[in-house]
Amino acid sequence: MKRHLLSVNDLTASDVVRILDTAESFREVGTRVIKKVPALRGRTVVNLFYENSTRTRISFELAAKRLSADVINFTTSGSSVAKGESLKDTARTLQAMGADAIVIRHSSSGAPHQLTRWVSGRVLNAGDGTHEHPTQALLDLYTIRDKLGRLEGLRAAIVGDVLHSRVARSLTFGLVKMGAEVTLVGPPTLIPPEAPQWGAQVSYDLDAVLPKLDVCYLLRVQRERQRQRFFPSVREYARRYGLTRERVAALPEGCLIMHPGPMNRGVEIDSDVADLPRSVIEEQVTNGIAVRMALLYLMLGGAGEGGGA
Amino acid sequence: MGRRVLLRGGRVVDPAAGRDEVADVLVEEDRVAAVGPGAARAGAEILDCEGLVVAPGLVDLHAHLREPGFEHKETIETGSRAAAVGGYTAVAAMANTDPVADHVAVIEEVRALAARAGLCDVFPVGAVTEGMRGEAIAEMGEMAEAGVRLFSDDGRPVPSARVLRIALEYAKAFEATIASHALDPDLAEGGQVREGYWSATLGLQGIPAEAEEVAVHRDLAMARLTGGRLHLCHLSSARAVELVRRARAEGVRVTAEVTPHHLALTEEALASYDANLKVMPPLGSAEDRDALRLGLLDGTIDAIATDHAPHAVEEKEAEFDQAPPGTIGLETALAVVLTELVEPGILTLARALEAMSTAPARILGAGDHGGPIEPGRPANLVAFDPGATWVVEPPFASRSRNSAFLGRTLRGRVVHTLLRGEPTVAWGKPTR
Repeated sequence: MKRHLLSVNDLTASDVVRILDTAESFREVGTRVIKKVPALRGRTVVNLFYENSTRTRISFELAAKRLSADVINFTTSGSSVAKGESLKDTARTLQAMGADAIVIRHSSSGAPHQLTRWVSGRVLNAGDGTHEHPTQALLDLYTIRDKLGRLEGLRAAIVGDVLHSRVARSLTFGLVKMGAEVTLVGPPTLIPPEAPQWGAQVSYDLDAVLPKLDVCYLLRVQRERQRQRFFPSVREYARRYGLTRERVAALPEGCLIMHPGPMNRGVEIDSDVADLPRSVIEEQVTNGIAVRMALLYLMLGGAGEGGGA
Repeated sequence: MGRRVLLRGGRVVDPAAGRDEVADVLVEEDRVAAVGPGAARAGAEILDCEGLVVAPGLVDLHAHLREPGFEHKETIETGSRAAAVGGYTAVAAMANTDPVADHVAVIEEVRALAARAGLCDVFPVGAVTEGMRGEAIAEMGEMAEAGVRLFSDDGRPVPSARVLRIALEYAKAFEATIASHALDPDLAEGGQVREGYWSATLGLQGIPAEAEEVAVHRDLAMARLTGGRLHLCHLSSARAVELVRRARAEGVRVTAEVTPHHLALTEEALASYDANLKVMPPLGSAEDRDALRLGLLDGTIDAIATDHAPHAVEEKEAEFDQAPPGTIGLETALAVVLTELVEPGILTLARALEAMSTAPARILGAGDHGGPIEPGRPANLVAFDPGATWVVEPPFASRSRNSAFLGRTLRGRVVHTLLRGEPTVAWGKPTR
């Protein structure tokens, strides 16, 4: 594996398999009474969150703690400019404190790339702007493999604001890498015309896509983007691209319904659809911890360094 | 008898005179006294220029010298020094200072600071509109009386076709040129990089090439309507070049420039998220770059201009979308052009120097610059070693170091720059 995890494209298909297999062995730790292994004892993991994201931060924090690492949470809002200390100065400070890994969430695309120039520890991208969210994609791949037994040859749709979604990019790259077929679905204003160069297909018609799917992945409608009016109204969006009861009926049996959270119930997903047994949204969250443990372990501990699962 | 300097044995490339031959150039006081094999005179200080190219001092149509107002980025003095080190003897200083150069007082202040530095002739560009707000035209007449030939709100477009029309029309009274930062502000709003595969993949908001094309089309239409003189700054799109080509063929009075970075770099370099590569307009595709080179070759694009845009280290070390756009360029322009265009045979040395000296001097109305190198003419000259390689790295003469070419090895280094006979750079070092 590469030194840092900035993009899913930093990983080979065999890296992905290794991460998912490692996560598999860590999942059991979460079911123990004492949910802890000593794999990263003495290592320091910093959660550097420039954007509010309780779930991702807690998931990383739990993952690091279950591996016995020391965890520091460094949370601020907005850009370094707003904060008055440059990203570089913050990076240098964390470096001086001996951070072995920095998990960074930032509202600006590329901030994790920039961080790698200034620190010697490992950098894990926990979501950067509208670029990527590789750990989300890995936990999604884990969940799909866990539920359906494979990734290769599966047919997945990713529905919504692909243009501004870091989840959509990472998951598309990950699924394509693992041999799945990906169709990006949404209004044309929210699908980059270059998406076929990612190896994905594009459709503007959700109903035409539904009957063939193994995975139906819904993206969160980011209401703050709606200022630019990429679509006329949330109401019309829900009508054309929301996963309703009626649309669920068109899905093949066994097709998973997924969402990275937090959901806008009644917009991209109807409330009772979210609570169907085939919705694996809560399992995605649970699996996130094991996948992040696997990443921290593989990037920091290495296989030979004792502990393990 | 005053000071005499003989530039001996250099290859004199003078686009204005059509000269390209090994010759001596004798400078007496502030003027060229003789050119040719027999120019030697007793008592002259001899600068051995064997192996060097001797050319008219370079002229930059487009530099942000930042003073007054942004002295933490650059001052007239440091910017002038950077210009001299880069082989320039004349530089147009853009108007987006604080206060904006929309009044004679600011114009005179810039001139006075430049005269005190004495490293380069600085031609202040006047703002087109008051405060560069894009609403009402500035007192262009008074600025023109004070010698301003070029007006621009560069840094932002003139948002209204009506206001641009008035400016182009009004400027006809004193034969001044309106230089346009041609970018549709609405289409470009919030954009970081050129829209396309890379903007989509990197998750950076794109600016479509059409943002430039729409604006260029509008600007050309207003130039056609008014008969005014339009100059298009920093072209970056292939179709915009084609629009200019057609307009010129129709007789529209338009000139155009392109930057070294748009001639040398393309958008995929942005995969590093290096904010030094964030420029406005953003870097385009390889097709755009090739069309810009072709436009320069066939004369559709007159000049190479640096768009020298210094920013402080801490400003550029911010997140990509927070960092201000721009790269410094005065110290690297010649070497980038020599390395990327002349060396591979895309452009002749004579055409490159015409685009960096003779043509911009004509557009700027800088009659003392750009050649020809002939007896009686002001001795504004550069001598450079076209074979010398160097790595772009700090320290720079500029106060800033946000170069898009950091770390690159370039070929071509300035050895001497003479401003009216006075060395501003001698043996590669600024003289003051």
